[in-house]
Amino acid sequence: MSALVALTIVGPLVGAALGLALRRNSQLRDIAALLGIGSAAVGSFALLSQVSANGTTVVRVGGWAPELGIILVADLFAVLVLPIALAIIFVVEIFAIGQRRTAWGANPELAGPLLGILTSGVSLAMLTGDLFTLFVAFELILVSSYVLLTHQGQAAQIQAGMTYVVMNLFASTLFLFGLGFIYAATGTVNIALVAERIHDLPDGVRLGLGSWFLIVFGTKAAIFPLFSWLPDSYPTAPTTITAVFAGLLTKIGIYAMIRLHTLTSMEELGPVMLVIAGATMIIGAIGALAQSDVKRILSFHIISQVGYMLMGLALFSEAGLTGAILFLVHHMPVKTVLFLVGGLIANAEGSSRLRYTGGLAKRSPLIAALFAIPALSLAGIPPFSGFVAKLAVIRAGIEANSTPIVVAALIAGVLTLLSMAKIWLGVFWGPSVDRSDHNHPVSGPPGNRRTMYAATSLAVAGTLAISVMAGPLFDLSERAGAGLRSPSAYIEAVNP
Amino acid sequence: MSAALVLTIGGLTTVGIYLITARSLSRIILGFSLISHAAVLGLLTAGGSPGPAPIVSGEAVTANPVPQALALTAIVISFGLSLFLLALAGRQHTLTGDDLVEDDIEDRAIAGLPQGENR
Repeated sequence: MSALVALTIVGPLVGAALGLALRRNSQLRDIAALLGIGSAAVGSFALLSQVSANGTTVVRVGGWAPELGIILVADLFAVLVLPIALAIIFVVEIFAIGQRRTAWGANPELAGPLLGILTSGVSLAMLTGDLFTLFVAFELILVSSYVLLTHQGQAAQIQAGMTYVVMNLFASTLFLFGLGFIYAATGTVNIALVAERIHDLPDGVRLGLGSWFLIVFGTKAAIFPLFSWLPDSYPTAPTTITAVFAGLLTKIGIYAMIRLHTLTSMEELGPVMLVIAGATMIIGAIGALAQSDVKRILSFHIISQVGYMLMGLALFSEAGLTGAILFLVHHMPVKTVLFLVGGLIANAEGSSRLRYTGGLAKRSPLIAALFAIPALSLAGIPPFSGFVAKLAVIRAGIEANSTPIVVAALIAGVLTLLSMAKIWLGVFWGPSVDRSDHNHPVSGPPGNRRTMYAATSLAVAGTLAISVMAGPLFDLSERAGAGLRSPSAYIEAVNP
Repeated sequence: MSAALVLTIGGLTTVGIYLITARSLSRIILGFSLISHAAVLGLLTAGGSPGPAPIVSGEAVTANPVPQALALTAIVISFGLSLFLLALAGRQHTLTGDDLVEDDIEDRAIAGLPQGENR
């Protein structure tokens, strides 16, 4: 069991190191990167089956006591989200291998190893049991994301990268301040011990710490009003990189928020978070409607969707958390797929701007089908996975009698559908106009195109599998949500 | 916890945040270094009262080593990131001859669109 936990963190790092060492040999390099990420993904699925059968696993790295050492906790919430996240990175790496010989692709010598480092950071962030390791994991993810975003060194990327880096650095520094505050108040950075001791603190200090971390994780998760960096920076990176960022990075912020705020029982912050959640949903959806580029529309959707997860958390009920977890599980693959399809569109049309595209459905029905399924899922149309997730969140809202947030969620859903229709009209229908002065379609060798289509189809199949498996997934989410609502089990497991 | 340390943290944070709100990346880098110093000092103060070194001094009551270990990690990370920011500023300087953080071009383009033009 502890070997599995270690594998998900160390495996991708080893793969990344091998990939860097073998960077001159493109085939060995790709195999090393795929093996590293793949082994972690397989390990995390094994971990899921183990933990759902035998309960939470705790690994004390080096055998230190919880106050002193690093602790890794594989509870149901962690191992439910982790396999999905790692599987996504794996699929994206396959897509990247297909795309890298085209002009839109990332630099292959760097992208594979950096994705490995990012994977390791994601595993560490989800499995860690103490806040300082969470900080280190965030830095691991962010540093690799900084390099992935800017490594091509083009003007637009550097410019967008600056906003992204400065904003995230500022949030990281606030995180560090927060760690100081937590340590001063409770004498530990271990999440379980913090959860135990935080109730002895005066209310002001306790809620102050909660709000501080709401801002820290909120910046990473791009909630209202801290989202402005996201639509600036995401669309400029190569498709594969944007797809990973879109699927994972903001979700890690939400994940950390769910973890910390439920374990420390910050119910009093619930109303504030509900208002933020509503604003995030609506403003993200309206922002998406105003854009005229596929990647930018999708970037604004990330913001809107984060609102739903925050809503599930803010209700502080078992049903709400179940919804939030289910939404997390559904959203990560769907969002990634949409960005991958955005990459396919850009490859086929030479641009992702709606003005310069049109009539793609006739020329490439496969891309249209690959777009339609996740798009309808994102908008929450049955029978796709988005419907189940949205239903769970909205039902939790109705159960908690919070009518305004339910109305906001429904309005945001309609707006999302509207902006998906906008992409559909702009890219897939209408006349295919000759814009050869603007567009430079990149076809690349047919083998690469097959790899890209295969990876995207695999991911679409994954999202369909999630809607087929909605029943068991819902049960697992419910158990994970119940585990989060009663922190005593988590505390007991870490510090018996 | 000494008043001098607390005042230093406050001063560093104030100046740091003022610098971060600037448009030029070189100022932002300076500001970032200052507030990360403040954060590290904050971690250090969180460890409680100063004392002799643990283990080597042989005393029973020592300074708390845990926040110092955390601070050390944080210093290394912020050092690396400062270098990365400098490299970014350098690249921006070669590309544009300046190191200003610019407006989002796409945003401005959409805001400037005439009514009904947005497709």
